[in-house]
Amino acid sequence: MTDATHEGAKRHRSLLTVDAQTKKRNAAEARFKVYGMVAILAGLTFLVVLAVSIIRSGLPAFSANMVQVELTLSQEQYAEAEGQLFKTRAYADIFNAAFTAELRERGLTTEFDPESIERIIGQPGATIRSFYRANEDQLGQPVTFNLPTASRIDGYFKGRLLRENVTDSRFLTLADLDLADELKEAGIIQSQFNWTFITGKDSSVDNPGGAGLGASVIGSFAMMLVVLFLSLPIGVAASIYLEEFAPKNRITDLIEVNISNLAAVPSIVFGILGLAVFIQFAHLPQSAPLVGGLVLTLMTLPTIIISTRASLKSVPPSIRDAALGVGASKMQAVFHHVLPLAMPGILTGTIIGLAQALGETAPLLLIGMVGFVAREYPDGLVSAFMDPNSAMPAQIYTWAARSDDAFYEKAWGGIIILLVFLLAMNLLAILLRRRFERRW
Amino acid sequence: MPVIWLVLIVLALGAGGYVLGRSRALGSAGGDSRKLHSLPNYYGSNVAIKTLVPSFLVLAIWLIAQPIFVSSQISGQLPDGIVPEGSSVGLVMAEVRRTADGIGALVANGTMSADMAASAQVDPVDLTARLQEAGQVVTSAITQPILQAAQSYRAMNATGGMAMTALVLLIALGGLVYGLRETAPQFRARNVVEGSVRVLLIAAASLAILTTIGIVLSLLFNTVEFFRIYPASDFFGSLTWSPSFQGNSQLGIWPLLWGTLYISIIALTVAVPIGLFAAIYLSEYASKAVRSTAKPLLEILAGIPTIVYGLFALLTVGPMLMRVFGDEGIGWMQSGTAVMTAGLVMGIMLIPFVSSLSDDIINAVPQAMRDGSLGLGATKSETIRQVVLPAALPGIVGAILLAASRAIGETMIVVLGAGAAARLSMNPFDAMTTVTAKIVSQLTGDSDFASPEALVAFALGMTLFVITLGLNVFALYIVRKYREQYE
Repeated sequence: MTDATHEGAKRHRSLLTVDAQTKKRNAAEARFKVYGMVAILAGLTFLVVLAVSIIRSGLPAFSANMVQVELTLSQEQYAEAEGQLFKTRAYADIFNAAFTAELRERGLTTEFDPESIERIIGQPGATIRSFYRANEDQLGQPVTFNLPTASRIDGYFKGRLLRENVTDSRFLTLADLDLADELKEAGIIQSQFNWTFITGKDSSVDNPGGAGLGASVIGSFAMMLVVLFLSLPIGVAASIYLEEFAPKNRITDLIEVNISNLAAVPSIVFGILGLAVFIQFAHLPQSAPLVGGLVLTLMTLPTIIISTRASLKSVPPSIRDAALGVGASKMQAVFHHVLPLAMPGILTGTIIGLAQALGETAPLLLIGMVGFVAREYPDGLVSAFMDPNSAMPAQIYTWAARSDDAFYEKAWGGIIILLVFLLAMNLLAILLRRRFERRW
Repeated sequence: MPVIWLVLIVLALGAGGYVLGRSRALGSAGGDSRKLHSLPNYYGSNVAIKTLVPSFLVLAIWLIAQPIFVSSQISGQLPDGIVPEGSSVGLVMAEVRRTADGIGALVANGTMSADMAASAQVDPVDLTARLQEAGQVVTSAITQPILQAAQSYRAMNATGGMAMTALVLLIALGGLVYGLRETAPQFRARNVVEGSVRVLLIAAASLAILTTIGIVLSLLFNTVEFFRIYPASDFFGSLTWSPSFQGNSQLGIWPLLWGTLYISIIALTVAVPIGLFAAIYLSEYASKAVRSTAKPLLEILAGIPTIVYGLFALLTVGPMLMRVFGDEGIGWMQSGTAVMTAGLVMGIMLIPFVSSLSDDIINAVPQAMRDGSLGLGATKSETIRQVVLPAALPGIVGAILLAASRAIGETMIVVLGAGAAARLSMNPFDAMTTVTAKIVSQLTGDSDFASPEALVAFALGMTLFVITLGLNVFALYIVRKYREQYE
């Protein structure tokens, strides 16, 4: 770099003064470092934006604006209502009359017509009827009903529906909003924790308020049981063979290549497999958690095999040698000594595989879990596996596909529940690893 | 007898066999287990294996074979001309099966006696009414031939079920007796048991091959079926995708492939720079504390289910882009679901794929190379750009290819975020659709599986499978071929 014949150039190349080229190089160095920091920050920003939008949009699903009303239904009214053709209509009329009277008594200032109440509370008739049909002894006594508000009113209180966007229609008028505001102030409409959302069943398209994730949680749980009871033994058996017994030959190579390729096959292709093999060919029931579980098992097996092999590999050979040395057979050495030592790692990998399977949606779309509305809980053990049901991610997709703000809110809320499950499973895996991991 | 009971009985026989075999072995040695060749448990296990394995094998084969056999018998018996125009034997058989199931349900809940269900005097009209009343799914009025077919279907299934039960129980008992007779002090029970366990292990490992075969066969059969009713030249040659369930569909794959490719390119332009720079920073610059928090945080992005990203695209990113590029902003965007929406969100999802894999690869470059470069006076960034990255390049290319195959196979984000219109357009703010999204939409309708509109999904699936498999194999090949060996 230095040239002895150029005295002048040498003077500029002092280590103490920074020349232009060094400045440029240092600037490039600093820029490069900043690029890296920006990339990390961008990634973390995306994470934060995602988390904030999930929480902000999903939390409202966990509360519901309810109307608390005390109602006394006499024996005669009950008999008369049951005698009518439109029974829930009759109950709704009774309710409206009673509620209107109560509001007048309380002296609410806003003028309202009785239909307004119907638009605010929706159709309370069915709830009231089913209560009294189950509890006939409550007739004639005051009973407090906790009724959900109509989804538009609920949306108005949660900020989903803005007053300036409301035009008078047969579903909602501005006067309704005034009345609803007043009811809220008087404490008749209260925001409560929405248990129905967590434990309830899916509802029809026109009743977003009553939709719940409960039935599909059961569906997901049944699927996870299938996945666990199939993929853990099969995955462990396959890994033990490949890691401990398999001779080095072309068949073993073929199996290994297959496993690593299956791990990279898009999940929707597994859905096609499930549709063709389990439903078209084997005539298993569509949308059944059993079929979903089978498909997800095939999908998670490569993940479980890869992690199980890693944990088998981490058990030092001295353990095997010691077991063989005291006269154990190869099989005994593996099953009595290596496997128990590798178990924490295997379980951790299995839990992570299960968490992946729990959030998987695409294959479930193809085996029909989406068109199905999970309107009922399964009524028994066999039914939980064989009868059509939905699963958490499929239910979220169904809600998202309904193109309705009220259902979008449910979908976000469902995502919170799904993520809570995933978080719990991952925490369990981390704890297992911390508690039982051994360094050799 | 329901299969579950049969399974339970055989399992009980196996457990009994274990106990019997163990005590017989001990008894034959006079209670002194040292006189036995193997530990007493192995004698028990031997009997249990001989009881369970053959009988379950027969049970499984029978369960698979019986429906196929019965269906082929019944469809052979169907009178000529029963298959209406535009329908197929499969559809008629489905109706026969539904009718048979319906009759079974009626018998089960007691509305119909078993004798009556099997008798030839059942009136089809009356039966249809009864089935509809009981809430059974019946497509149309049941005709006499279908009713007869359904009745013989039920009869054959019942006989088959009886025969299966008898045979399976017989085999289980035979195995039990055989295993018990074998039991003697000199019998090498451990070797036999370990041999069978080994076979079970091999069977479990072969499931991976079976799954691949299953995927390939299920795609292949239906794809061939599709190309029989729809010309392959149109599928690969036409530039329009317009399925209509009245027939006359145009099912060209190019708009879908273009949508897939366009979205993947956008996703990779987001994910690759961010992921790569993140990996470089984490492995070369970051302090230990930063690394141990930032890396797992970034990896959370990979653990989030894709349905979450789909919803995020549909409800957060789409409206956000609309505010800037939509009618209120620049006016390039017609609706929130567009190539850009799906591409951006997919890019976010892929960041950790690129960053984690690249991070591992950069870390695998030996420190001596960095030290050499730094010792020659290069700055840290010069070292990274001119020494570390070239050394890690094959691995990084492999990582990017894996991310690309992930992007091409991604379903939920494009189903929710990219729109449903199949078009060939250069505007990234147009709604387009992809191969995966169309697989979902063609297979989730109420169409029957025999129409080209449904079967095309299998051809699309085949295309997807081939492309992603090719990318994966290519990625592995690059990594293996150009990997520098430093040791």
